[in-house]
Parts: sequence; C-alpha cells; structure tokens
Amino acid sequence: MAEIIVVTSGKGGVGKTTSSAAIGTGLALRGHKTVLVDFDVGLRNLDLIMGCERRVVFDLVNVINQEATLNQALIKDKRTEGLFILPASQTRDKDALTVEGVERVLNELSEMFDYIVCDSPAGIEKGAQLALYFADTAIVVTNPEVSSVRDSDRILGVLQSKSRKAEQGGSIREHLLLTRYNPARVQAGEMLSVEDVQDILAIPLLGVIPESEAVLKASNQGQPVVLDQQSDAGQAYLDAIARFLGEEREHRFLEVQRKGLLSRVFGRKG
Amino acid sequence: MSILSYFRAKKQSSASVAKERLQVLVAYERNQRNQPDYLPQMQQEILAVIAKYVDVSVDDVQVNLDENCSILELNVTLPEASKSRA
Repeated sequence: MAEIIVVTSGKGGVGKTTSSAAIGTGLALRGHKTVLVDFDVGLRNLDLIMGCERRVVFDLVNVINQEATLNQALIKDKRTEGLFILPASQTRDKDALTVEGVERVLNELSEMFDYIVCDSPAGIEKGAQLALYFADTAIVVTNPEVSSVRDSDRILGVLQSKSRKAEQGGSIREHLLLTRYNPARVQAGEMLSVEDVQDILAIPLLGVIPESEAVLKASNQGQPVVLDQQSDAGQAYLDAIARFLGEEREHRFLEVQRKGLLSRVFGRKG
Repeated sequence: MSILSYFRAKKQSSASVAKERLQVLVAYERNQRNQPDYLPQMQQEILAVIAKYVDVSVDDVQVNLDENCSILELNVTLPEASKSRA
C-alpha cells in the first residue's frame, strides 16, 4: 500500500508544482518508488517542470475513462530511477474527474508504488477537493505573505472536514512547507517569519525553502530543483524530504547568509 | 535612549502588522467554519422577526453558537430611537 501525499495550498503560484516535483524526485532519490500525479486538469504544468512535456501521450483522464491503461499513461523519468509521472489532461471539461475514477486509479497506483504525490490545483473547488480527498498526508505549501497564509488556513479546514480520512473520523497528517522565504526581509521586519506563520497555522513545520534563483533556473530547464544539489533551494528540499522520512535535520537558510570578503569584493552571488 | 525608543516605537514593522491582521482574520474564519450550515439562515429569520417590531439592521445582530451547540447566544443592539419610542 502506498502512502498518498497531497501537495496543496489554496492559493495559486506559491510553489505547489515546484514542490511536488522536488518532493517526488527526492523520495525516488532516497530509493522509494514514487509516482507524481498532476491533478490540475486543464492547466497541467507538472510535465513541464519535470521536463517530460513532449513525452505525454495519455493522461489521468484517459485512464479514468479507460481509454488507456495506467502503464500506457505513466511516464518514466529519465534521470531518476523509480520515478514516474502521470500527467493531467488538458481538457476543459471540469467534470472529467470523478471520485470513483480517481479512487480506482489511486488504488491501482497504490499496488505499484511506495509514494503517490498528488499535485493539487489551486483553489478549493472540485479539482482541489479530489486531489486531497484520498490523501494520508498533506503538505501545505505556504508563502510568508498574508493571502497565502489565509488560504492555507482555509485549505486546512477543507482537509479537516472534506477528506475521506476526516469523514471516517480520522485525520490527515499535516505538514507546513514554507517557500519563497527571504531571511533578509524577515530580519528587516518586511516579511512574516517562520515563527509568525507557525503561530497562525499551528501545524508541524516540514521545511523552509529560501527564495532562490535556482528554482527558476531549474524550471527553465525542466529539471526538478533537488537535482541541483549545489543550490540552497535544492538542499532545503532534500532536508525537508529527510524530515518527512523521519530523520532529524536542523533547519537551514533561516538566517541572512554573510558574504565572505572575496564574494563581497567581486560581487559574486552566494 | 528615550529619543531612540520614541522613534522606534512609532514604527511598527509591516510584518507584525501582517501577523496581527492574520491572527484576527484566521480566528474569525475558523469560528465561522465550525458553525453549522443552518446558522446564517436562522440568523436571517430571527432578524426578520425582530425587524417586524424594532428598527434594526443586519449588523446589529450577532449570533454565536458555542462549539458543542449547547448555548445559542443572540445579541441585538437596539437603536437609540426605538428606546425613546418605548
């Protein structure tokens, strides 16, 4: 039986797809057979972030409608062993996903993988609700910014009332992943700190990903940011994955990095 | 020292303003979330009854239901004019 992880946020543009790609790849790098499922029907982008957009033939909706088998639709990642991608459909039919269809596909995937990472669409409508409905674990991606924190709290409400676990009287494990964190602005009092966000949302902290040039560079190249192991964001994601797997890791990149004399003189980027 | 603190005290960082606003908002929204679905409808109907006798607006009525649904609290702020009428 696979563990089903939903990467969700309520608000769009906070880094759900980047985080899904990074976490899925990270889990596979650690030797766990992992599938990334894009639930953003109509606006799929996980394929682009993973660099497999030209290899998409069949998608999640085709599998649900039994127009293709799971094995036909799954795309094997060429860089990371044990990693597969199930792309979303580009259909504009918003009723393409059904509870029964999603359940059948997840059950089938569950036989084949250790982890199923569901990349949720933004919002709290049907697509987002279906992405989280069957989850065992939720990773709530939040930016240190008022609208993102508010929307994260709303999605936590949905997780606690509209998921299958909640309906059965249980609860989904919740993790906070704070992304686009800028320690310099936090220090200047211009950005909510990790502690501020934790005070408000009151869920366990999985990791803090610093705002980083590496993220755009990685998405430009269609390569999940964890593969750039020199980058701060890549390392922060790897730390978060280690914590997810139960390891103790100290939180890094929370303080302003002091520039060395050389980089100060030559203006190199830390 | 005192001069410094005077200048400092005036400037609250924008991050702490954000945190305060969020704390108030999130507490309010969580409270709303935990209320039963019938509450807004009931509030409307109670208000309609009160409005038959007293000149009140929606904002003057507050309905709170505690978590385990055992106490219904209804606050109606009566306008000054109705007092003098009574």
